[in-house]
Amino acid sequence: MQLLSGNEAIAQGLWEAGVAVGSGYPGTPSTEALENLVKKDGVYCEWAPNEKVGLEVALGAAMGGVRALAAMKHVGLNVAADPFMSAANTGVNGGLVLLVADDPSCYSSQNEQDSRYYASFARVPCLDPCDSQEAYEFSKLAFGLSEEFDTPVMLHETMRVAHTRTMVDVSGEREEVAPRPYTSQIPKYVMMPANAVRRRAVTDEREDALIAYAEKTELNRVEMRGRKVGVICAGALYTHVREALPEASVLKLGLTWPLPPAKIAEFAASVDKLYVVEETCTYFTEKVRAMGIEVSEPPAGPLPRGGEIRPAHIRAAFGMGEPPHPAPAAGLPARPPAFCSGCPHRLVYVQLREMNAIVTGDIGCYTLGAVAPYRAVDSVIDMGASLSMAHGMELARAPRRTGRPVVGVIGDSTFAHSGITSLLGTVYNGGKGTLCILDNRTTAMTGAQGNPCNGVTLAEQAAGVSPLDVPAGKPLDIVALCQAIGVDEVELVDSQDAREIRRALEEAVSHTDKLSVVVFRSPCRLIDRSRRPRPVIDSCQGCGTCIQIGCPALGRDEDELAVIDPNQCIGCGQCLQSCPFGCIQEGE
Amino acid sequence: MPHYTASEKSAEVVATGEKVEVDGTLTVLLVGVGGQGTILAGSLLAMAAADAGLDVKVSEIHGMSQRGGSVSTVVRMGKKVDSMVADPGCADVVVAFESMEALRAQEFLREGGTLFVNDEVIVPVSVAIGTFEMPEDVDGALDGLGAVKIPAGRIAREVGSPRSTNVVLVGALSTALPFSAEDWEDAIARRVPPKTVEANLEAFRRGREAAARG
Repeated sequence: MQLLSGNEAIAQGLWEAGVAVGSGYPGTPSTEALENLVKKDGVYCEWAPNEKVGLEVALGAAMGGVRALAAMKHVGLNVAADPFMSAANTGVNGGLVLLVADDPSCYSSQNEQDSRYYASFARVPCLDPCDSQEAYEFSKLAFGLSEEFDTPVMLHETMRVAHTRTMVDVSGEREEVAPRPYTSQIPKYVMMPANAVRRRAVTDEREDALIAYAEKTELNRVEMRGRKVGVICAGALYTHVREALPEASVLKLGLTWPLPPAKIAEFAASVDKLYVVEETCTYFTEKVRAMGIEVSEPPAGPLPRGGEIRPAHIRAAFGMGEPPHPAPAAGLPARPPAFCSGCPHRLVYVQLREMNAIVTGDIGCYTLGAVAPYRAVDSVIDMGASLSMAHGMELARAPRRTGRPVVGVIGDSTFAHSGITSLLGTVYNGGKGTLCILDNRTTAMTGAQGNPCNGVTLAEQAAGVSPLDVPAGKPLDIVALCQAIGVDEVELVDSQDAREIRRALEEAVSHTDKLSVVVFRSPCRLIDRSRRPRPVIDSCQGCGTCIQIGCPALGRDEDELAVIDPNQCIGCGQCLQSCPFGCIQEGE
Repeated sequence: MPHYTASEKSAEVVATGEKVEVDGTLTVLLVGVGGQGTILAGSLLAMAAADAGLDVKVSEIHGMSQRGGSVSTVVRMGKKVDSMVADPGCADVVVAFESMEALRAQEFLREGGTLFVNDEVIVPVSVAIGTFEMPEDVDGALDGLGAVKIPAGRIAREVGSPRSTNVVLVGALSTALPFSAEDWEDAIARRVPPKTVEANLEAFRRGREAAARG
């Protein structure tokens, strides 16, 4: 037995099933699947610059005859939706598995969309494991299902499956799968209108065959207990239902698209009342009601419409009290995530705050520029939006109308993901304005992955190559790229140098007739762990300016004077540059 | 390069431990501040439980909740564990790596449950910058909950391994659970870097002693 996270179990299961190629883009909670798969023998894995590319690479590999994986988080599938919808019609050759990890309650995401709607939309079978054992087993059979029905297969998990370690009985044997022959099949793979129309009919037939499969597969199982309450559920919620309603009968769906109408009707008829327990959406409820089957509302009140559902919510909805417990503590100071000590994003945001800029932001650690003490980000929508939205803001003449400069802010990995096309659009259309690329040499938010800008491949990352070493990959030269695209002014600035940051930003926003890109570069503290001596504070005036840079190592003593926490300080010198009285000096 | 993927070393269940049976499901909630080592502590607990023949589920929060924010790990153990989350009033043991995080988690503690608290306070950035004020009497509130205070940071520094604060707390936690000291020590020896095994074992033993003193 092994104690594996859902993502580790998926890597193991897919590997045993003979996966040959894996691609994807890191995104919580999906990241560790590829990070674990790359460590295994006989499989090639890479990070793609974005999810669309990742899925296309996997689709190409599958079409070429081998078993392939594309892995991403739920919002990544929005980016990859275009190839996904068409791949559903072309089908595959070697098996194709799309791992998609949802994030109910948005622990690390901008929304909590349920990816199964995509499975239903594209009419692609969807597997939904409830724990690591099932994640392993479903992964093992996913390729077979894909090849049998000539379709991509979605392997769907939520954060609670991806990041919960549970016991797994692992065989450890890899199935040797010979590559399938490739022959040109223009009517199948060339989705021009005439072929697409014919392939649609193939998808229709496949749907019927899949429904027949759903009716008989053991992936969907009925657990009869009491007759009074019957519950339809899937994924981690199945375990919550078992916890909260141990007497209830359950139809546990392991295949969540397509649903088995006859099986559901039979289950509904076998219980007094049929309920659905699902989170963030009404995916099952809508579909079951559309079959003409009655779904009852929980007797004591509805389940929450949004957010993760826990056993306590289910107990409450079914009229069971909570065990006695202390009341939640009131008035505690919030402890949201914050920029690390020495984070290279900090001083840029201090300056943007100073300039009262309208900042169109983006996805990554630097989203935290939106929270106190910076509150210096006006929008965060999706990967790459910062640059294109800054262009839109300029078109709305926001700087002239508000008297505030507009600055688009994006990270290095996000720039490679989808910022380049945004920038291209601005240049092509003669847009002006100021854009910042915060180049911290890694994909920090998801745990310091390789990316095109630092040139570290997934295999190198797994072997411990740091972006600060010289990787064998080819790091993208962001400055040269911006120049080649045709940006008017491109400058590279050290993001640990407050004075240079100020100069560069003030200069950039003063050029209202130019498009300026400032690349702020300094490594993330996750990849550069070096420390310097802690600065010394002498005759502090108590003005609090240094505190407002928001470093976790800075606090105030009883006399409101600044103090530095020796455990958290890494000696970066950001506070030293912020003191207006020069009271903070370099330590020895 | 740093990663917070679960260590492969902790994956294999050796099941050599003394077999233990528990009634229902034991729930342990580990709370703290990102970077304090709650995930390693959760791993050690899971290994000890799995080696004792129990079904185990360990639920962790990654991603945005790191970076110095509040973090939590739930470990549930029993003959057969269903849900992986902890609900209010369901935790048999709460281990808080920081005092205010103990108060944040207090509603999860069941009646008669045990609360171990590292007696240190990490002032959040939100207080330093003036958005929030510190609560008035953290210590008194902890006493009201019947918390067992462990000077874990101090003990870790005393054994010459300041980063072993989490293992000191694991030592305290071990006194509230039915696994033998040998099983815990075996898990520590397998899981921590080889050079730090001795210091961590010492941290563990000192944590046990501190909890026994209450």
